[in-house]
Amino acid sequence: MSRAAVVLMVLLSHWRRHPMQLATLLVGLIAATALWSGVQALNQQARASYDRAAAMFGGARSAMLIDPKRSTFPQDVFVALRRAGWPVSPVLEERLQIGGRWFRLLGIEPVTLPQDAMPDGMIGRGELPSFMLPPGQTLVAPETLADLGLAVGATPHLADMTALPPLALQPNLAPGILMVDIGVAQRVLGKPGQVSRLLLGRFTQGSAPRDTAGPAGLQLVTPDSEPDLARLTDSFHLNLTAFGLLSFLVGLFIVHSAIGLAFEQRLPTMRTLRACGVSSRLLNVVLVLELTAVALVAGVAGLVGGYLIAAALLPDVAASLRGLYGAHVPGTLALQPRWWLAGLAMSVLGALAAALAGLVKVARLPMLAAAQPQAWQQAQRRLLARQGVVALAVLASAYGCWRFGSSLLAGFAMLAAILLAAALALPVLLEVLLRLAQRLARGALAIWFWADGRQQLPGLSLALMALLLALAVNVGVGTMVRSFSDTFGRWLDERLSADIYITAGDEAQAAAIRQWLSGRRDVIAVLRSARADAELGGAPAELLGLADHPTYRQRWPLLAIAPDGWDRVHRGEAAFVSEQLARRLGLALGGRLTLPAPGGAWPLEVAGIYADYGNPKGQLAVDIDALLRQFPATPQNRFGLLTPPEHRAAVMAALRDSFGLDSRQLADQATVKAESKRIFNRTFAVTAALNAFTLGVAAVALLTSLLTLSQARLPQLAPLWAIGITRRRLAVIELIKTLAVALFTALLALPLGLVVAWCLIAVVNVKAFGWRLPFQVFPLQLLELLGVAMLAAGAATLLPMLKLARLQPAALIRVFSNER
Amino acid sequence: MSGEHPISRRAVTGALLALALGAPRLRAQGFAGLGSDAQGFAPVVPGRPLSFPADFGAHPDFRIEWWYVTANLRDAEGRAYGAQWTLFRQALQAGPQRDGWASQQIWMGHAAATGADAHRFAETFARGGIGQAGVDVAPFAAWIDSWRMAAEPPFSAATLSPLRLTAAGPDFAYDLRLEATRPLVLQGDRGYSRKSERGQASYYFSQPYFSAAGRLALDGADIDVTGRAWLDREWSSQPLAADQTGWDWFSLHLTGGDKVMLFRLRQRDGSHYFAGNWIEGDGRSQPLPADAITMTPTATSEVAGRKVPMAWQVAVPSRRLAVACAPLNPQSWMGTSFPYWEGPIRISGSHAGEGYLEMTGY
Repeated sequence: MSRAAVVLMVLLSHWRRHPMQLATLLVGLIAATALWSGVQALNQQARASYDRAAAMFGGARSAMLIDPKRSTFPQDVFVALRRAGWPVSPVLEERLQIGGRWFRLLGIEPVTLPQDAMPDGMIGRGELPSFMLPPGQTLVAPETLADLGLAVGATPHLADMTALPPLALQPNLAPGILMVDIGVAQRVLGKPGQVSRLLLGRFTQGSAPRDTAGPAGLQLVTPDSEPDLARLTDSFHLNLTAFGLLSFLVGLFIVHSAIGLAFEQRLPTMRTLRACGVSSRLLNVVLVLELTAVALVAGVAGLVGGYLIAAALLPDVAASLRGLYGAHVPGTLALQPRWWLAGLAMSVLGALAAALAGLVKVARLPMLAAAQPQAWQQAQRRLLARQGVVALAVLASAYGCWRFGSSLLAGFAMLAAILLAAALALPVLLEVLLRLAQRLARGALAIWFWADGRQQLPGLSLALMALLLALAVNVGVGTMVRSFSDTFGRWLDERLSADIYITAGDEAQAAAIRQWLSGRRDVIAVLRSARADAELGGAPAELLGLADHPTYRQRWPLLAIAPDGWDRVHRGEAAFVSEQLARRLGLALGGRLTLPAPGGAWPLEVAGIYADYGNPKGQLAVDIDALLRQFPATPQNRFGLLTPPEHRAAVMAALRDSFGLDSRQLADQATVKAESKRIFNRTFAVTAALNAFTLGVAAVALLTSLLTLSQARLPQLAPLWAIGITRRRLAVIELIKTLAVALFTALLALPLGLVVAWCLIAVVNVKAFGWRLPFQVFPLQLLELLGVAMLAAGAATLLPMLKLARLQPAALIRVFSNER
Repeated sequence: MSGEHPISRRAVTGALLALALGAPRLRAQGFAGLGSDAQGFAPVVPGRPLSFPADFGAHPDFRIEWWYVTANLRDAEGRAYGAQWTLFRQALQAGPQRDGWASQQIWMGHAAATGADAHRFAETFARGGIGQAGVDVAPFAAWIDSWRMAAEPPFSAATLSPLRLTAAGPDFAYDLRLEATRPLVLQGDRGYSRKSERGQASYYFSQPYFSAAGRLALDGADIDVTGRAWLDREWSSQPLAADQTGWDWFSLHLTGGDKVMLFRLRQRDGSHYFAGNWIEGDGRSQPLPADAITMTPTATSEVAGRKVPMAWQVAVPSRRLAVACAPLNPQSWMGTSFPYWEGPIRISGSHAGEGYLEMTGY
């Protein structure tokens, strides 16, 4: 047997004697890897589906030319540009309704389509003729096929009986898209010779023009570096990633303390090995090998755990993304090999990083070292002072991010800097607090109590930092979620003005329903509404047509309104703008905007700004009749009803029976509200789950730290026991000390958590979503968390305390003979 | 196959369009997939007199046609260059012509400029029916995107001259004026060019007498050039025979004024089919019998990862022609949707001169 193998056997024998320790190490690594890779799996899955969707929005990835004044323009412009050497390809896109459901009809020109505008294999070369030539094809994703309720080869019909080409399956398409040849789109939409935009490919006939303005009165919209959806959902994924990273770090705290304990306990063995002639290099190599093997085993288990976590959370994540951003993420995980490799690498690197301190110690291990706790503590104090300075510097950088950063990433960087600064400052603050307590203490035992607490602090500080971070993030996220759900609830009450919502299958049915309603006494009012799509500032925007009715004037969730704002909106000269659109375009009350409408440019003044939570698109509320004049093709098939509460059910039932409306077409306010709230609750379900995980992991970190310390601190306790303090009393003192330190930490975590909540609400949310919630504090929630923290700390102390109380006196005596 | 009315290489090149756009399996079946389903397209029949300028324009009832120009050019210092301008049309479907986006016509353009050290090319596609590509008869203009071949005053339909030829790619451009004083050359039997005993044929005429002058931009350098150019016009519905794996095609401008077109079709069984045409300086055209031609590759080069013959011995003993052909730039590779080699060549031996060589299927 080689020397290395012998050394390995000797070192491994330690784990046989201490299976709990091995378990702790494995649990730490598994938890860290599982949480991190689980979150990464979710992100990867979502991103893959955004790419799929982005390809289909026909140009989020490529530059394009649009007409800022009109929603469509003649294709002659396309031909003229091609003949001038511009590598453009026309797209005609519009929403349309089939069987009461909305779809996006995307007409493309496959022959000139830039290569990067569409993923490979969407339309194969051999399939071009069947796609372009009559009867053509309607390409749809499997999900869309299911939504349509039709089979491949069937021809979907619009309400006016216009037929689309036969359906063909294209799994790479985003759901909700019907992709047809541009000629088909022009026929189906009744827009012969019209296009909505021109995709711009790479210039191959001469060089690109220098000026960035588009030709022929068109506006050049340069591509975003990321798909729209990826940008929109950035906050969500950053949120997840931040939590994943936090969990990973907290998991590493466990690994750190488990490895620290193992090193501590194996020091005598290692000293013996060194004395037997094993070089410190060989010892270190074997230790690294051992750790890598453990990390690989734990990494594999962690990846399995991560997969399970991701699979469990995916439905919630998918629901949130759909509810918040309209992003469709498939419900089954499809993981790339990259993910597995990255997870394993994280596990190994994390374990090595956590073990670094121990490895360095072994490398420098003097063969005959004695414990020098006092000297060590003094060194620690100098270190603490330096740590305090670093904390202040990090805090300053947090301020810099807030003051000068404008991106979402800057928002998160600020949040991370605040948390890091607080974590770094924690041991300093605790040291100050404990020294203060020591000074105020009376009696030898009490003074020892606090002094020993200070002595213990360096060993506990990592675990306490983990606790602080977990608690602060819990407070922050909890406060934000509560603020959000309160605000959202109130907003829903205001926004959902009507009691019953109807979307008729087509205009004929809508007219019949209105006719039918006018004869009913239990309907107070019929509120017409209409929706149209437009583009503002290069991004899609929604237009909402409001009828002139007192219920809107009373309840519309306006944040600001100009004098006689409602009257000016209903005169068709002004619009209310959603908060996020106002922020994005930098619009304030009295500001002006020009809306490209089919009939020409529509100048509007901003007469009010309203809250529109949860809408990824910017929205404008305008007068419904003005909307129908400017967008004549807007279907008039949506309306809301005001009914007395007691007649609501009867009206609903009568509508359902008379017109065969299904749940998508007919809904009452309560259902819509419940559905919206459900979506928003699910949005934060993932956050809450990760939150709980993090707190649990922090508790385990504390437990392992205390276990490590209890072993290392026997030399400090043995003299006390020798002078007559019972083991039971010592154990109680230990419990009180740990709880006191944990309480200090938790009390520091509460204000920190509120700062985190403020950052989330006032900085991150505004940058991510474009809306700002009112900041509220929920004292009961804070108390509850404080209790949970103390329980976690208490539970973590319990095991080491019991161990101490039951410690064999012989073990304490041995300390005196064995002291290093 | 008859050697009497040779197939032109442009007929075969037309298959490129089908390959670029159509079923990829065509390649596995040789270059002859086009022969199989001509039904519904207009047939090529003997005795139909070609009529100008009408036949300068497109013939959408026929399955395929092309406008093809190659030019051998020189700058003031005598350095040689080449330019290629090609417009193909193919109907994806037979039957009545449809307007707008429903049109069954597809257009493809290839353009290239070649110098001794650089070969630059570009490719583009367009749908028929909307004006992105097309051919007008009067005044004559053929175009796809910004590439254009159009009549210049004083235009003569008898000579298809003068013409202005322009194209631009990412790192090349040219703007050439082509002028000819001799009438168009009708290939085959007064423009009816038979392809095989089975009745495959095309309508085919050429203008090999163009002189060219203009500007060429290559990798940023702007160069004044003069030289000679050769135009081929051909249309057909069923231009190909089966089981060909590729071809090697030469067009030669001999000093003294004679023009020669020669090619061999490489067949799957390893045999070659030779054909050619000798065009006198005065416009008389004489097909060359298959056994009158020998073509031997004498050296190969590695181009775009493939082995391509580079040096050739070409002989027509009955005309006392025995020349060696060498490319101006061995890397004249057209890396288009369907890749091939096409570029200017020099000839030496019994005759001096220059020309163009096209090699496919390597």
